[in-house]
Amino acid sequence: MKNIILSATLLAMSAGAALADAHSVVRMGTEGAYPPYNFINDDGEVDGFERVLGDELCARAELTCEWVLNDWDSIIPNLTSGNYDTIIAGMSITDERDEVIDFTQNYIPPASSLFVALSEDADLEGGVIAAQTNTIQAGYIAETGATLLEFATPDETVAAVRNGEADAVFADGDFLLPIANEDADLMVVGDPVQLGGGVGMGLRETDTELREAFNAAIQSMKDDGTLNALIIEWFGEEAATF
Amino acid sequence: MFEFCEDPSALETARWFACYLTNGVHFRFYQSFLTVLLLLAITAPVALVFGFAGAMASRSHVAPLRWIGKTYTAMVRGVPDIAFFLFFVIALDQALEWLAHQAACPDWTDPIRQGANFIVCDAAKIPQSNAPQWVHEAYNFSIAVFTFAIVFGAFAANVLFGAMRAVPRAQLETGEAYGMTRRQTFWRILVPQMWIYALPGLSNLWMILIKATPLLFLLGVEDIVYWARELGGSRTSQYQYPHPDWRLWYFLGLLVFYLGMTRISEILLGRLTRRLSRGQATMAGEDQRKAVA
Repeated sequence: MKNIILSATLLAMSAGAALADAHSVVRMGTEGAYPPYNFINDDGEVDGFERVLGDELCARAELTCEWVLNDWDSIIPNLTSGNYDTIIAGMSITDERDEVIDFTQNYIPPASSLFVALSEDADLEGGVIAAQTNTIQAGYIAETGATLLEFATPDETVAAVRNGEADAVFADGDFLLPIANEDADLMVVGDPVQLGGGVGMGLRETDTELREAFNAAIQSMKDDGTLNALIIEWFGEEAATF
Repeated sequence: MFEFCEDPSALETARWFACYLTNGVHFRFYQSFLTVLLLLAITAPVALVFGFAGAMASRSHVAPLRWIGKTYTAMVRGVPDIAFFLFFVIALDQALEWLAHQAACPDWTDPIRQGANFIVCDAAKIPQSNAPQWVHEAYNFSIAVFTFAIVFGAFAANVLFGAMRAVPRAQLETGEAYGMTRRQTFWRILVPQMWIYALPGLSNLWMILIKATPLLFLLGVEDIVYWARELGGSRTSQYQYPHPDWRLWYFLGLLVFYLGMTRISEILLGRLTRRLSRGQATMAGEDQRKAVA
């Protein structure tokens, strides 16, 4: 019995070693807390716009993909240290991030960020604004006169407004709109702000081949209109398309 | 889970909760309780072994061994848990991959460190990047157990070191008088008697270990606090079971769990104290002797 187990283990290990050529499985890192971009559904699986998009991109690039959850805070360090191969987590393309990792072309066009508050007269210039740590929105608020209150997860930023800790929350419009629409107390205030160069997939700077594979897949989805259809399906008719 | 769960929005409250609490994501929450219990069950004995080895090394007559034991207890106890967890785990992971890299890919010429990236050849990745997700999770879990064991082993080493010195000298002298060697006195007289002196310190450590388990999430293991925060967050109608911010209730559940663990531990530790006091030259042992006589 022991021998059977041992030889089975050895067999499994050598099979593993034989399959070890680059990226036979592409591990897709996401946050799972930013509906409708990506979230954990009621069955405990990764779901959302990026889940559908990612699976389609992998199918087009003929890659086997696996989904991995990671905290937003450490999502870039864990990519560079090799825990997964891509970031597909509603991450806006910015120059600062581009110095550390590489991005594919964007799969969501530059979209507007919104303020959501409990009342119309919330002080957006000098009040307390909640935003998620390490986002372009947090970076934007830090530059204005308002006080920035950072949280680790998107949900906490909205909770901070509900319980009065912050005057308003500043985040992607696509994330905030469904929340504001369903909660009678919350409303969109101020003007939309255009930030970043759209949302793209993040990859290690050394993974040029993988980036090109995904770039080609995204381009083919842009060309045949499936990407626009997917954006409208998840973000609504008013969403910006290509 | 139940047949009537097809359309949650049409259910009345009791059934809605029956479905809500048994959906897939809640099962992952319940599983994380088992993860935490498993971590405790494995870490505690491993940490005790580390502690015992550390204590033995600290009182060794061989100088280098003693230095190792002393350095281990002093260094690890002095570093904040969270810093240790962040630094040590990354360092250990990279060290293992570096070793595997040296063995598997001797012809590799590119530098391993390229800026922020740590790049080894694919064959040296631990675990293999194409391994199934459970292998990655098992690897993270073992790293977590190992790290917890090192940290708590250092504290246990100091507790055991003190307990070994607390055993009355007269007991050891008696052993020597019977002609026992140093080794025999240690294993037959010192070790069986020291546990009662170590127990208060060790029980403290056990309690702290129970409370330290949320650090698991730092190591990429989804623990109960992670799931409580995740499940308690408010849900829009994008989900099957929309609800407002329920984090308070989930954290209340955790509070009950942790208090329950504390209570069970107290009962078991109380029994252990009584058992270990038997026949000891301590006040509790003396009381037991009088009660019988």
